[in-house]
Amino acid sequence: MTSMLLRVIPLPFRSAQRAKYVFERNVMVYRRAWMIIFSGVFEPLFYLFSIGIGLGGYIGDVTGPGGELVSYTAFVAPALLASSAMNGAVFESTMNIFFKMKYQKTYDAMLSTPIGVPDIAVGEISWSLVRGALYAASFMVVMAGLGYVESWWGLMAIPAAVLIGFAFGAVGMACATFMRSWQDFDYVTVVTLPLFLFSATFYPLSVYPPAVQQLTRFSPLYHSVELVRAFTFGVFDWSLVGHIAVLVGMGAVGTAVVGKRLHRLLLT
Amino acid sequence: MSDALVIAHDLTKRFGDFTAVDSIDFEVQPGEAFGFLGPNGAGKSSTMRMIGAVSPITSGSLSVLGLDPVTQGPELRSRIGVVPQEDSLDVELTVAENLMIYGRYFGLTRSVIRPRIEELLDFVQLNGKRDEKVDKLSGGMKRRLTIARSLINQPELLILDEPTTGLDPQARHVLWDRLYRLKQDGVTLIVTTHYMDEAEQLCDRLVVMDQARIVAEGAPADLIVQHSTREVLEMRFPPGTQEENIAQLGGLAERMEILPDRVLLYTPDADSTSSEAHARGIRPVAQVSRRSSLEDVFLKLTGRSLVE
Ligand SMILES: Nc1ncnc2c1ncn2[C@@H]1O[C@H](COP(=O)(O)OP(=O)(O)OP(=O)(O)O)[C@@H](O)[C@H]1O
Ligand SMILES: [Mg+2]
Repeated sequence: MTSMLLRVIPLPFRSAQRAKYVFERNVMVYRRAWMIIFSGVFEPLFYLFSIGIGLGGYIGDVTGPGGELVSYTAFVAPALLASSAMNGAVFESTMNIFFKMKYQKTYDAMLSTPIGVPDIAVGEISWSLVRGALYAASFMVVMAGLGYVESWWGLMAIPAAVLIGFAFGAVGMACATFMRSWQDFDYVTVVTLPLFLFSATFYPLSVYPPAVQQLTRFSPLYHSVELVRAFTFGVFDWSLVGHIAVLVGMGAVGTAVVGKRLHRLLLT
Repeated sequence: MSDALVIAHDLTKRFGDFTAVDSIDFEVQPGEAFGFLGPNGAGKSSTMRMIGAVSPITSGSLSVLGLDPVTQGPELRSRIGVVPQEDSLDVELTVAENLMIYGRYFGLTRSVIRPRIEELLDFVQLNGKRDEKVDKLSGGMKRRLTIARSLINQPELLILDEPTTGLDPQARHVLWDRLYRLKQDGVTLIVTTHYMDEAEQLCDRLVVMDQARIVAEGAPADLIVQHSTREVLEMRFPPGTQEENIAQLGGLAERMEILPDRVLLYTPDADSTSSEAHARGIRPVAQVSRRSSLEDVFLKLTGRSLVE
């Protein structure tokens, strides 16, 4: 029975029964540094208050995904949630992995115990997902409290943010394994800032000419924004499946690369 | 069938084209303290990492506790303790937390680990630092904590890669005492070191490694008898005059080693050699007569001084 069950669990997770200890280590560290976690809650809220409510009050109503008029705040809020899920996951995962691998030798210590590389990959990624979920949940509480969530489907924005965190976190970690020095972190901003500005974050995709629209579809953040927006407005179509597939694909590829790279770098 | 705890045969490790360990053979018996002595880059750490199942072997065979490090890594690692050359303590955690989480990595429950933490802190005399953050500890304290950490799973085999490098003499002696006690409790020790005295004190048997190969093997005392004379006369000459003095030393000793700053004369009786040299009119600025040590064995086998 158990072996049957084991066979259907994807490979990296099957061989990662000790991932929980990697997770536990992070809980131990952040038990004392809970302020750092707490500060992560504020980033999306700052966005919401400055751009969403500040700028939104000035702009007024815009056309929502269902074609109806909606407040700009309600329009931009899901995009801000998606963006901060991306930023949080990318910075957290790149810094984290780089620091622990290069300077702290945390993984070397773990690997001299029964813990293996898949445990580390799964443990670290799960940790960043839980943090992401926490940030997204507090964001949604504030948004709902202010009356900007149009549908009960809005609750689904939380798992959506976790999926976004998974996709970007896994890819970020994979990139971190290629970084040689702190200077390389500048490239992270070079990639994430344009994504933040040009992924139909602040205005609907339709403002672009068709060619640029096609280009935007290559942005993983675009798919993230559309996913969260679909849930907060409760407006769905088949493109949703595509958005989810892109993010799941990113996460899966990222996780696989992380596993391979850690293996190569640590078990020499 | 050998009942050795570690059996290495033709063991080889290559990094790309570079051979770090070149088909070495050795066996470690249960309960013994086995040493790897060698200069920088000899391949000691590479060998330790293969035994510790964190570095795949390139060729040859290796069995540790009857297990294959490549296919049975997690099980093997659950039964050994490792003190790596470079400390890998968790600097974001306190002393006690380091031991706790490391025990958790082995899947031990907190209630099992808690009393062990107290015992181990006692053992390495760090009780006073229990709740201190690790980055506040001195180098020697970190080393002691790393050793305590390696014992959290009550290993049958303990691998120590340069356990006392960076420690002051007193801390080294405390550590030797602790390792000696572990040995008495039946823990098998594998130790690498640059220090002759450490090897002589600690190891029942050792191998001398140089340039990826094992160049000698045996008990420290046997190695000295085999490869060196009973005594050594060391002479230091005024700067610039070493060469002319060496010319007059011919035939005085069984063997002579010329180091940049002094000359070593290998002889059964250092005092009589000294008188003979004196009779020839040789006047060193300083001289020491002493018994042969592992250092001399090493010098003979590799033509180089171990501690530069
Ligand atoms: N991961 C690696 N990649 C490439 N070369 C390596 C790697 N690890 C070790 N080496 C090389 O292998 C050789 C042996 O290294 P090793 O660390 O085993 O020596 P050692 O005997 O432990 O030396 P030391 O006394 O300085 O610790 C060295 O020349 C080193 O540069
Ligand atoms: Mg070494």
